[in-house]
Amino acid sequence: MSGYNFAFLDEHTKRMIRRAILKAVAIPGYQVPFGSREMPLSYGWGTGGVQVTASVIGPDDVLKVIDQGADDTTNAVSIRQFFRRTTGVRTTTRADEATIIQTRHRVPETPLVEGQILVLQVPIPEPLRWLEPRETETRTMHALEEYGVMHVRLYEDITRHGHVETSYDYPVRVNGRYLMRPSPIPKFDNPKLDRNPALLLFGAGREKRIYAVPPYTPVRSLDFDDYPFTIERWEHACALCGARDAFLDEIVVDDKGGRMFVCSDTDHCERRRSGA
Amino acid sequence: MSERPLLSVRGLTKRYGAHVACLDVGFDLWPGEVLAVVGESGSGKTTLLACLSGRLPVCAGHVEFTLRDGSVVSVLDLSEAERRKLARTDWGIVRQDPRDGLRLGVSAGANVGEPLMALGARHYGQLRAAALDWLDKVEIDGDRVDDLPETFSGGMQQRLQIARNLVTRPRLVLMDEPTGGLDVSVQARLLDLLRGLVADLGLSAIVVTHDLAVARLLSHRLLVMRRGQVVEGGLTDQVLDDPQHPYTQLLVSSVLQP
Amino acid sequence: MTSAVAVRGLTKTFTLHTQGGVELPVLRGVELAVDPGECVVLADPSGAGKSTLLRSIYGNYRAQAGEILVRHGGGVVDVARAEPRRILEVRRRTLGYVSQFLRVIPRVPTLDVVTEPLRALGVPAAEAVARARAILDRLRLPERLWGLPPATFSGGEQQRVNVARGLIAGHPVLLLDEPTASLDAESRGAVVALIAEARDRGTAIVGAFHDATVRAALATRLVRLHGQARQEAAT
Repeated sequence: MSGYNFAFLDEHTKRMIRRAILKAVAIPGYQVPFGSREMPLSYGWGTGGVQVTASVIGPDDVLKVIDQGADDTTNAVSIRQFFRRTTGVRTTTRADEATIIQTRHRVPETPLVEGQILVLQVPIPEPLRWLEPRETETRTMHALEEYGVMHVRLYEDITRHGHVETSYDYPVRVNGRYLMRPSPIPKFDNPKLDRNPALLLFGAGREKRIYAVPPYTPVRSLDFDDYPFTIERWEHACALCGARDAFLDEIVVDDKGGRMFVCSDTDHCERRRSGA
Repeated sequence: MSERPLLSVRGLTKRYGAHVACLDVGFDLWPGEVLAVVGESGSGKTTLLACLSGRLPVCAGHVEFTLRDGSVVSVLDLSEAERRKLARTDWGIVRQDPRDGLRLGVSAGANVGEPLMALGARHYGQLRAAALDWLDKVEIDGDRVDDLPETFSGGMQQRLQIARNLVTRPRLVLMDEPTGGLDVSVQARLLDLLRGLVADLGLSAIVVTHDLAVARLLSHRLLVMRRGQVVEGGLTDQVLDDPQHPYTQLLVSSVLQP
Repeated sequence: MTSAVAVRGLTKTFTLHTQGGVELPVLRGVELAVDPGECVVLADPSGAGKSTLLRSIYGNYRAQAGEILVRHGGGVVDVARAEPRRILEVRRRTLGYVSQFLRVIPRVPTLDVVTEPLRALGVPAAEAVARARAILDRLRLPERLWGLPPATFSGGEQQRVNVARGLIAGHPVLLLDEPTASLDAESRGAVVALIAEARDRGTAIVGAFHDATVRAALATRLVRLHGQARQEAAT
């Protein structure tokens, strides 16, 4: 493709973003401001994730893009195509073949390994925003580790619903220090973040923040001693591959209320079915 | 008698350009003492409180606070982080408008539990029990523990603010007109509550008020301020029954007796 | 100092700044020493400064000159100079005071008013209440009033509450300002008996009693703040 730099962004921008990423890696969970650029997709569609990917991708990389766990939804297809056209790198649907995986709202079921990079798309990076609208104040709260208020949120949930209602974008504590929003992944995926061998990068384009969880970093979901963190469980197995320990989507199949449960991670499901 | 004052203030001065809000204010506060600072509008009493709590930077002066382990910190020299931590662990600040000292959007129980959560409490059951215990102490019906403070009356909101401040067992409580803006009967009830709590918990407190009756009811000692300066100070009943300074005499004689 | 209370050279002048600075010299160079077991009665007529002296000893009024020495906790405290918390300590443990008029927070029930000095000394609630009931009983205050705040009581009833509160803790020094002024003969007798018992236990008492029979029953010595001090043997 002529007229565009490799991976769309100019080298100066990539350098700026890489510096932000280095800073984020040095301070796990800390939100680093960066000069978010205008991208050929709207805010709310993954501009942050795309800029992070564009800054770290090289010609030898192999890219996988998923949206809600699936390789074949519109957004995943569009972003994958965007990178194919601006970089020419090989793309794949197989998580074990990818060097970079950009994802919206899921962490792959396939365990990641050292050397892989997972890029997550973040709408709102600030975990304290629900309570404190002022950026100056939330920055001070992070600096002074004043996180008691986050447990207030959980307390209120338990009071109102008898359990913690938050089921996605569940707040975590990274490396015992910074409070972080893991992006709208289901809480089912939170344990996957803990001490993951891969590098986890988080990009928020509209909010202009990048944060990171370096490999093997402890990530702990917030809870109470008497209301410990739990993940979702299904009574069913995947209707296609029989998996009992994967995140399942509920799909309506007819007008009579018929439904079936299938793996949200299409690659994982396919692999199980083909026996690979 | 303990050897060290809990709080030691010397030469506290705050100016706004040529206007002197506080001039050379000094006093010691001992554990278990309640000190009232009285004065009319513009006397500097609220500025004094704001300077003590670190909300306003001072032009001159020292404020020393004795920590639980006996060591002494210079409050005005603390970093923002240290000061906020001190405010969480050792100090309480009760504001005149309880809405300034509460989170209106979370339940009463959460308001009382939050300071404990900020200090690391992680057991929901215990937090809830502590909240109910304190609501009881401030005479708020336990049924209201899950209600939002927005639904409380002014007097109840103030009592909730007091509970939220006292739950961490601070050693020093700063109060700015704690009964201001409340109906008279509500004031009376609140003052009785404060009196009881201060005595039961052995709190030290500095209460800023324009109301001499509040000072007489709550405090052991009194400082009278006028135009930024302390004009008289001493045992509360002595200052009110035998005022020496002309301004104090004027204040005392101005109080309406029903 | 062997006396329980020693007033030396006490001078008290009121300066009324709101009245153009007019000065009222009430006490001048007062000398008074009271030993344990003595009941010193101030024999001056009204307006001579008896209340002023009692209040000064209590620390409620500020002295312009002189010393007010009180034996307290193995040492001596000069109330005229002591820090507020010291004076409060002395009041808690050593100095009892019955003012001329009961002044209390309007909403506190009588029993709580009377137990307060004991609670301030750390006496457990149950014991304090028991002692309060006993003394109110002796003072013949009807039991139906014990749970009520004294604000609506008659003068005589309020006075008995005042006396009960002042005497319940058994302080080594008592300052009494007309404790029987509005009482009938029977109640007066009860109060006098209580005070006499305190005196005979070794309490040092300074009092203003205008009633001759009360003086006769209680005084071990009469003094005048103005004019010469006169010794008068107790009958």
